[in-house]
Amino acid sequence: MSPMSADTPVTASPVVAMTGITIRFPGVLALDAVDFTLRPGEVHSLMGENGAGKSTLIKALTGVYRIDEGTVVVGGEQRVFTSTADAQASGISTVYQEVNLCANLSVGENIMLGHEVRRGPSIDWKATHRAAAEHLVSLGQDIDTRSMLAHHSIAIQQLVAISRAMVLDAKVLILDEPTSSLDRDEVEQLFAVIRDLRDKGVAILFVSHFLDQVYDISDRITVLRNGTLIGEYAVGDLPRGELVTKMIGRELDELSALSSVASRSIDRSGTPVLQAQGVGRRGALEPADLSVYPGEVVGIAGLLGSGRTELVRLLYGADRADSGQIDVHGTSVKVTSPRHAIDRRIAFSSEDRRAEGIIGDLTVAENIVLGIQAQRGALRKIGRAEQDAVVSEYMHALGVRPADPNMIAGNLSGGNQQKVLLARWLATAPELIILDEPTRGIDVGAKADIQKKVAELSAKGLSVIFISSELEEVLRLAQRVVVMRDRRRIGEVSSSEIDLDGLIDYIANKGEETAA
Amino acid sequence: MKRVTRHRLFWPITALLTLVIVNTIARPQFIAITVRDGQLYGALIDILRNSAPLMLVALGMTIVIATRGIDLSVGAIMAVSGAVALTIIGGSEDPGDIGTVTVALAAALGVSLVLGAWNGLLVSVVGIQPIIATLVLMLAGRGVALLITDGFITTVNSEPYSFIATGYLLFLPVAFLIALAAIVIVALLERRTALGVLTEAVGINPEASRLAGVRSRGIIFGAYVTSGLLAGIAGIIYSANIRAADANAAGLFIELYAILAVVLGGTSLMGGKFTIAGTVVGVLIIQTLEATILFLGVPPAQSPVFFAVVVIVVVVVQAPQLHRWFRRRFTSGERSASDAKTKVEVA
Repeated sequence: MSPMSADTPVTASPVVAMTGITIRFPGVLALDAVDFTLRPGEVHSLMGENGAGKSTLIKALTGVYRIDEGTVVVGGEQRVFTSTADAQASGISTVYQEVNLCANLSVGENIMLGHEVRRGPSIDWKATHRAAAEHLVSLGQDIDTRSMLAHHSIAIQQLVAISRAMVLDAKVLILDEPTSSLDRDEVEQLFAVIRDLRDKGVAILFVSHFLDQVYDISDRITVLRNGTLIGEYAVGDLPRGELVTKMIGRELDELSALSSVASRSIDRSGTPVLQAQGVGRRGALEPADLSVYPGEVVGIAGLLGSGRTELVRLLYGADRADSGQIDVHGTSVKVTSPRHAIDRRIAFSSEDRRAEGIIGDLTVAENIVLGIQAQRGALRKIGRAEQDAVVSEYMHALGVRPADPNMIAGNLSGGNQQKVLLARWLATAPELIILDEPTRGIDVGAKADIQKKVAELSAKGLSVIFISSELEEVLRLAQRVVVMRDRRRIGEVSSSEIDLDGLIDYIANKGEETAA
Repeated sequence: MKRVTRHRLFWPITALLTLVIVNTIARPQFIAITVRDGQLYGALIDILRNSAPLMLVALGMTIVIATRGIDLSVGAIMAVSGAVALTIIGGSEDPGDIGTVTVALAAALGVSLVLGAWNGLLVSVVGIQPIIATLVLMLAGRGVALLITDGFITTVNSEPYSFIATGYLLFLPVAFLIALAAIVIVALLERRTALGVLTEAVGINPEASRLAGVRSRGIIFGAYVTSGLLAGIAGIIYSANIRAADANAAGLFIELYAILAVVLGGTSLMGGKFTIAGTVVGVLIIQTLEATILFLGVPPAQSPVFFAVVVIVVVVVQAPQLHRWFRRRFTSGERSASDAKTKVEVA
């Protein structure tokens, strides 16, 4: 950790103090009386799983969302921001993951946009570019300011965005997932700039899913969960395991009845249904191994962004792997598109139901038969009678509510959409089904239904790869758990040999001793 | 009653009927249909006959739009198709020979297929945005047509070829029968096979369709090929009607009228759900409106404005926002029930 954190007195008057921030969306309490404090010259990480309220809090601070209750004090003055321009004028600048600059303008124009050096009514471009170059040099960058922004890497674009924030004289710099598309060297470069700015007294709010990076750069950590504040900690006082526990929390176990599933013994003497060796993709996943045997449920555990989704997308051909080998039933196969995987009887249900699963404007019935229809091709239409039979069988088996096959699928609740997707894939009679976060954002009842179905099907011989942020769920269903962190497979455990705390510890710490 | 007014074709059909009624009131002989020498005559029959090229083009446009695309090149393909057919017929020794005409038709349709496949290739394989990909051919196609005709307006006198546009079969104009056959074939192909629903799936959510294993590339490619072929047939009818290949005027602006017909019929430009019946009604609205302009004697200088005003009225009358506003205004008691119905999300 940097010496700054130890030297900065906690009493240094905060540059931003948010107290009792509450934000309501229709039907949801997005933030519930959250306090958040930023001090000058610190890097402060905001941690939490998806839906914890991180981005809502940032948007409350930057004037995107209106605050229902609570106060924001910036530089000792109470403020109500009604737009991002308001927040910027008070010295709060944000650099998003997807850089929000004008890609078709030059680097210099982007940095100085709205603050160009003027000579009378016209812009003095020479002086403007010189000023832009000075800002870049102060960040240790030597870039031609007349080159087009789009020609630079995301890393450079982010540095340009930071330079722009400096032009706006930012006292607070918010970096929302800045490192998610950077490689190791680029992250180091960015961190050098961040440390430099911190030493100059800028307060930096940092958001990242990479634990290593958070521990590398932060002085202080605030943890949110389900819209509530869990606490604020100095980084030295919060071991990784505790951080993960605080982020994930513990859910009451309504499903202990299923606990026998995980302890079922699996015959691993034959050939695996699927065996992947060294499957990886540059910038997305370091080469990883995975095997699944008939009737086995393999869990993948890890935080969001750990590479768990990237891995299964490569196995399914949703993205192309650039290394490694995949064997299905012992024969090497090329999986470069979802069709290849489907032809090998592998099914995949994406974590993003709305964008990558449900066809919103089609009916429930049409959504369910889409998988079989695509398999047969356009010309062999599934007959009315067959469609009715398939649809009613799976709607009944999975308990889709309402039980109306002609309802528009987009109008179903999340849990029922998930059931429809499960029905679509089960109707294709797969041998292996990959479920990525099948229970995210759905109610407990639907969650239980889906877990029971997974248990039941695997007992009948279906192989399953099960991804969930809820570790209890993974431990309950899977016989083996593959653990991932920072886009790497860090190991594998048998779920009968590990408990929840052990798994949390594994996710947070395993391999650190050797890597550090 | 409510089931009738809520039907998605209710407003397009109402607009069409209104146009017919207005015309009939203005001049009652508008709806008169007479039989002469085993052929039907009348303003309505003319509308059916004249609508054939637009009907064919709009049919293809419907399928392309359903895939989230657009095909701007249809007018140019019409010009090329007519140019190919007439150049072959004009260059032959015997323009009236059935064999010559058959060869000309086959060549014109073959070229149209190739042009449609070119569009499909650019969009589905190369991945160029549809509006840009088809713009290429929209601009270049007329140049190709001019090259084929050597820059002249090729005229021919071929009985069998003219028959395609002006002939009669079973009391009805041949051109209309061709369009009718195309409607039936496309409708059967889309709805009797799973092509229609897979096309909609690709148009609504391309990524989800890909992950579900739908061969979206082939479906999108096929849509542009279909559109090209239908535009080619339209080009043949157009050139057979005027007995000339006019590379500059053939199918001019027809892509815009076709898009209008698709939208009037109730298919969204966002892609996804499409209705062939709606497009048919949309084409008939446009064609009846053109006939109305002639029939009512609107001066040529004012006719575009007249056309535009009527289109705006038709579009506004169809708008769901207006219907909601009316419902809120006049049936406040019913409102809560119907609103709850549209917004319900079932857990």
